[in-house]
Amino acid sequence: MFSKVLIANRGEIASRIIRTCARLNIKTVVVYSEADQQAPYVEEADESYLIGKPRVNESYLNVDKILQVAQKSGAEAIHPGYGLLSENADFAKRVREAGLVFIGPSSEVIAKMGDKIAARSEMQQAGVPIVPGTEAAVADTEEAKEIAKQMGYPLMLKAAAGGGGIGMQAVKNDGELEKAFEGNQKRAETFFGDGKMFMEKQIVDPRHIEIQVLADEFGNAVHLFERECSIQRRHQKVVEEAPSPFLSDQTRQSMGESALKAVQTLGYANAGTIEFLVDEQENYYFLEMNTRLQVEHPVTEEITGLDLVEQQLRVAAGEKLAIRQEDLSINGHAIEVRIYAEDSNTFFPSPGQLTNLVLPQGEGIRHELAVHGQSQVTPFYDPMIAKLIVTGTSREEAIERLTTALHQYEVQGIKSNVMMLKRIITHEKFKQGETKTSFIENYYLPTLTNH
Amino acid sequence: MNEVKASMAGSVWKIVAKEGEQVKSGEDVAILESMKMEIPIPSEADGTVKELKVAEGDFVNEGDVIAIIE
Repeated sequence: MFSKVLIANRGEIASRIIRTCARLNIKTVVVYSEADQQAPYVEEADESYLIGKPRVNESYLNVDKILQVAQKSGAEAIHPGYGLLSENADFAKRVREAGLVFIGPSSEVIAKMGDKIAARSEMQQAGVPIVPGTEAAVADTEEAKEIAKQMGYPLMLKAAAGGGGIGMQAVKNDGELEKAFEGNQKRAETFFGDGKMFMEKQIVDPRHIEIQVLADEFGNAVHLFERECSIQRRHQKVVEEAPSPFLSDQTRQSMGESALKAVQTLGYANAGTIEFLVDEQENYYFLEMNTRLQVEHPVTEEITGLDLVEQQLRVAAGEKLAIRQEDLSINGHAIEVRIYAEDSNTFFPSPGQLTNLVLPQGEGIRHELAVHGQSQVTPFYDPMIAKLIVTGTSREEAIERLTTALHQYEVQGIKSNVMMLKRIITHEKFKQGETKTSFIENYYLPTLTNH
Repeated sequence: MNEVKASMAGSVWKIVAKEGEQVKSGEDVAILESMKMEIPIPSEADGTVKELKVAEGDFVNEGDVIAIIE
């Protein structure tokens, strides 16, 4: 095992990694920007180094500086956390070239999974279900209509080189397709210099369900069941739970097997997550793979009793996985909510001076914090300031405990989304497990006009 | 004379209006970036942009003047 690890990240995930390292007697080194001088994780680490200005490209994305600190401090490995450099294949390569261990998969696998088209084709070869669609570019409206006849509506028209929703549109019939095709093609040409269009079946009102995997360098792999993360605002997760209130045991098993096929095909080692879209009939389709630890990993830890950071460290240090699939089972139900510094009604960010933070305590309650009661919440990074994770023997008990905990939760000095979270988890549709990706739009936003 | 002010702390990501240009009420003068979100800063009055008080990349606090509309 390593004796010293550098954490190339900040906030709650840096604190989370420090906690496991401390338990395993691994010394920790952190880097921080001028904006994070007072952050809790800087105090908690054994060593901390100021690496630059608040903006991420002048600090947390400065690979040269981070590698210098790693060498200077004598760290043997780098944990990238999530976000920032965690899925940057060049960074993983540079870390290894510097003679250090990157706590994550190989740079080749990171690069492959970062390219959406390559990832889709890789998964298809592995036998993992992908959203049905065209393999080659669609030439014109006439050809598009022919394809639509075979595939059936509704369809997604997508620019091959697209991103950020540009050149992408859902179409329900020939008329909409005719209108959309040329316009999207032109937009794609303007924005990306490439007007190639392809078509995919639209998965209507899906759920977002993902499978956590763990794999070692020796070809051993296990899946740690699923997390349902369908409740999102601005395409960012707000509530995550394990297990999903929707999946049947049969689908759960099938998705787990698909995820393991993906891992084996890729030759993947370390922790990773295969994200799927799941429709009302429990058909599931590969969405993307996250080649890192995820924000919502605590709910998996709560139901499996594993420490995922410890597993990552062990695999990266060259140990064999000590867990077999048959050793694993789901114990209880866990729900995580993300506490954001933002307005509950508008989702607008709310940076500023935190004056008080009251954290609920009690059985089954876990906190992951990026701040303390007097922290300055800066506008430079994302608005997540904490995570509240609650576990119960059943989903009903977890919801009850979470409801009580959220009523005790207080964030003072800045706005927070605690009111939004309370309304979501006490909503009848949430209690019934109607947690689709349209939840906020269908059930939360209408409550705002009624209050 | 009307002052366009930052609605929250953040970095000036983009200046949309130019000095001497006409803007209508509700049209964006600048776009801030705060907590990884783009925040449009619209003018509250019709008029001419008399002076831009910030440049792209500047950091502003809530209430700081972005532009003066005449």
